[in-house]
Amino acid sequence: MNPTRERDVQSFESVVIRFAGDSGDGMQITGNQFTHTSAVIGNDLATFPDYPAEIRAPAGTRPGVSGFQVRFSSSDIHTPGDQPDVLVAMNPAALIVNIHDLKPGGIVVVNTGQFSDSDLKKAALAKSPLTDGTLSGFRVIEIDINKRVTEALKGTTLSSKEVQRCKNFYTLGLMYWLYHRPLETTIKWLEEKFAKRPELAEANKLAMQAGYNAGDIHELFQGRYEVLPCTSMPPGTYRNIMGNDALAMGLVAGAQLAGLQPFLGSYPITPASGILEALAAYKHYGVITFQAEDEIAAICSALGAAYAGCLGFTSTSGPGVALKTEAMGLAVSVELPLVIVNVQRGGPSTGLPTKTEQADLLQAIFGRNGEAPIPVIAASTPADAFETAVEACRIAVQYMTPVILLSDGYIANGAEPWMLPRIEDLKPFPVKFVEPNPEGGFQPYARDAKLARPWAKPGTPGLEHRIGGLEKAHLTGNISYDPDNHEFMVRMRQNKVMGIRESIPTPNVFGDSTGDVLVVGWGSTHGAITSAIEELRKKGRKVGSLHLRHVWPLPKDLDKLMACFRSVLVPEMNMGQMARVLRSEYPEQNIISYPKVQGQPFRTTELVKKIESLLEK
Amino acid sequence: MAEAQALTKKDFKSDQDVRWCPGCGDYAILNCVQGIMASIGVPKHQICFVSGIGCSSRFPYYMNTFGFHSIHGRAPAFATGIKTANPDLSVWMVTGDGDGLSIGGNHMAHILRRNVDVKILLFNNEIYGLTKGQYSPTSPQGLKTKTSPMGSVDRPMDPVSFALGCGATFVARTIDTHLKHMEQVLLAAAHHKGTAFVEIYQNCLIFNDGAFDAFAEKTVRDDKTIDLRPNQPMVFGKNLDKGLKVDGWEPRIVTAAEADVWRPDTHSPGPAFVMSQMDSNSTMPRPLGIFRAVAAPIFDASLHEQIQRAKSTKGPGTLEKLLHAGETWTVR
Repeated sequence: MNPTRERDVQSFESVVIRFAGDSGDGMQITGNQFTHTSAVIGNDLATFPDYPAEIRAPAGTRPGVSGFQVRFSSSDIHTPGDQPDVLVAMNPAALIVNIHDLKPGGIVVVNTGQFSDSDLKKAALAKSPLTDGTLSGFRVIEIDINKRVTEALKGTTLSSKEVQRCKNFYTLGLMYWLYHRPLETTIKWLEEKFAKRPELAEANKLAMQAGYNAGDIHELFQGRYEVLPCTSMPPGTYRNIMGNDALAMGLVAGAQLAGLQPFLGSYPITPASGILEALAAYKHYGVITFQAEDEIAAICSALGAAYAGCLGFTSTSGPGVALKTEAMGLAVSVELPLVIVNVQRGGPSTGLPTKTEQADLLQAIFGRNGEAPIPVIAASTPADAFETAVEACRIAVQYMTPVILLSDGYIANGAEPWMLPRIEDLKPFPVKFVEPNPEGGFQPYARDAKLARPWAKPGTPGLEHRIGGLEKAHLTGNISYDPDNHEFMVRMRQNKVMGIRESIPTPNVFGDSTGDVLVVGWGSTHGAITSAIEELRKKGRKVGSLHLRHVWPLPKDLDKLMACFRSVLVPEMNMGQMARVLRSEYPEQNIISYPKVQGQPFRTTELVKKIESLLEK
Repeated sequence: MAEAQALTKKDFKSDQDVRWCPGCGDYAILNCVQGIMASIGVPKHQICFVSGIGCSSRFPYYMNTFGFHSIHGRAPAFATGIKTANPDLSVWMVTGDGDGLSIGGNHMAHILRRNVDVKILLFNNEIYGLTKGQYSPTSPQGLKTKTSPMGSVDRPMDPVSFALGCGATFVARTIDTHLKHMEQVLLAAAHHKGTAFVEIYQNCLIFNDGAFDAFAEKTVRDDKTIDLRPNQPMVFGKNLDKGLKVDGWEPRIVTAAEADVWRPDTHSPGPAFVMSQMDSNSTMPRPLGIFRAVAAPIFDASLHEQIQRAKSTKGPGTLEKLLHAGETWTVR
């Protein structure tokens, strides 16, 4: 923060706010509204929602704390920020859980209306952090939000419980005042959200306005701040987008570009359910969604639909992928297009359902019985999930193969401004089904130049044929136990998948293309890596980064790019799975793994420190 | 439909060698199914057979139609995907007592409750055949097999009771040794709109030979079985002189003249359930025929109706609309 004084309005390049409260306090809504308004006024931004797996952990307790971090900026940013400048704490638990992250000298807004002895007890605090020195070194703004909301909504018909539920909008109004944001976007949202209960829309508007006015009237703060619109964003039309939504839209777009009806078979699972919910609302795009009885039925229905001529999708998280494994093997064997989305979360087993991780990479590449190669691609940011999903569809139909699309909890729930692609830039890849009654008969396991087999739709005269999981004879597809044929078919499937390399670009190196350290990343580490490289290059370091969308098969010429650096650092939210893959593919390279397995994304500062330690060697 | 009318049983035989054990009951079922396919008025390119894993699940390879031999227990999910993707297809699912009720019991329950328009043939031989003779979820208690050398302690499940409990809209039972009966039942299943569940008693002569002899052997069959025919008196016996009457919840053997009329379309599946539970009473005839046949909304049709409704109220979705939905802003 480099403040430039201008009367009582200070201007900042970039600000990080973390809203924290009980999981019933509506902090996710508050954060999302602040984000949306900031997007509409033209800031670049990035968000990090962090909430517990329990829907309502016991009220007021530390495990029940839900947080939403948003960074908004007048310059190009890539991460939601390492440390908040402002912490809004709705209760003692939210305060104590989050205060150690706040920047020294940062602002902490505390709702003192929730600091009774019993509130402190629920948060397992013997003394009030408001008075015991915990908050020394911070600028503390104390407001009894409970009381202020009650006053503001005195004239309404709402019950006192309903009144207290408007606290988050009071807080939002206060932050809108502090950072010079307009209320209109949220007012519009409230009117739509509560169209059937206008009294709730009205109450929340009143609460927000009261919060906004409080900034003015009560002189809680020394002044106001502003973060100007980001002028370095490339020209275009933008919208604010969350990863799960972008991914769902990418699947719809991919199916349209292929000329196919999309079919999603899915079973609810955190953090992937948002994809099923989003696609269920796209019926007017012809999307068929099937909420199956379990993960297995979800993928099997999608593969059945693919056999029948739809573009099949299934979306899940790691535990669901484990259940789908057998059907993924069948998809490899019957060679039908299918996109399997894994929104990764902390593992193993149920693990950390609402936290992020990248530990399913090896499961994606290798985790099946038999020789069962499947291409794997990974989204790197919320907006990137759109393009990556389209790419997954392209590979699936052009190579007649299942494709695994990796996202993670950080991408799924994070948001950023998305420059909408121009329709004419989305290149169609139309599917050609086999025509009826082909001359010379039909061979279900013949191959084209990409080694893909033909797609014959049931219902087409003259193409009656049988497929299944037993090994098939080359060309005819009849059951075959012939030893030579089996090896031939194993190699055929392997060569087909490895051949995808021919259709994917070698990624560009960001920063220096020769130097001391090349950081190789994949997935949601993109933002932190890019920020770290920018920071180090400003200091004159010779560093670059390479981010992989196609993680299997790997693009060509990576070895040449890596060879231009003294060492290669691979930061991952796992124990070094990509590093292991790269070492086996490129044994001559000096590959250093940098694992982090805490259910939390990398911080830019952590990466900078790690890279600097390598530079000193 | 000209092609469909001209079809014969031979048109439905594929070029693959049938590899069931000589004398297996599956041959009779295959023969019967190929026969009725020629008469249901659907061209063969519109027919799709789906199966899981097991002896019965090799069935699709022997039908000259579209076919998908999937994975163990999951055929209902594949069939649901296929039928939903293309409701014009006539989708048939072939499964067994292990595939359909053990590993795939969950999926079976859900396809039945959803009422997807799929015809399900469950070959029940009360044994695991393809894995060479272990007890199945329909094996009688005490059955000695390789994995139950002292007799199975599992209590068996009754497939018809299970299907009724899941809310199936068509439930029937037939037997591999009674071709004419099988043909009638399968034709009724073919014409039912919604999920049709047909249990077919099928003899495995290698691992469980004679499992159904007590009531199905030709010399005793007429007296030990009863054919439930919709809206017909419940009569049985070689001379059709015996009948069934339901007193309260208990069926009782009476004279033919006193027999109740069988109604498979009562509001409650209760009567059908009473019939299905006669299996465990050896003094009563084993019921075959049509236990249940009721009309209900069909899953795949309802789903497509929603899609059509969404398209007509919101207008068909385009890429432009997809991207630009919600609030956007422009940077110049």
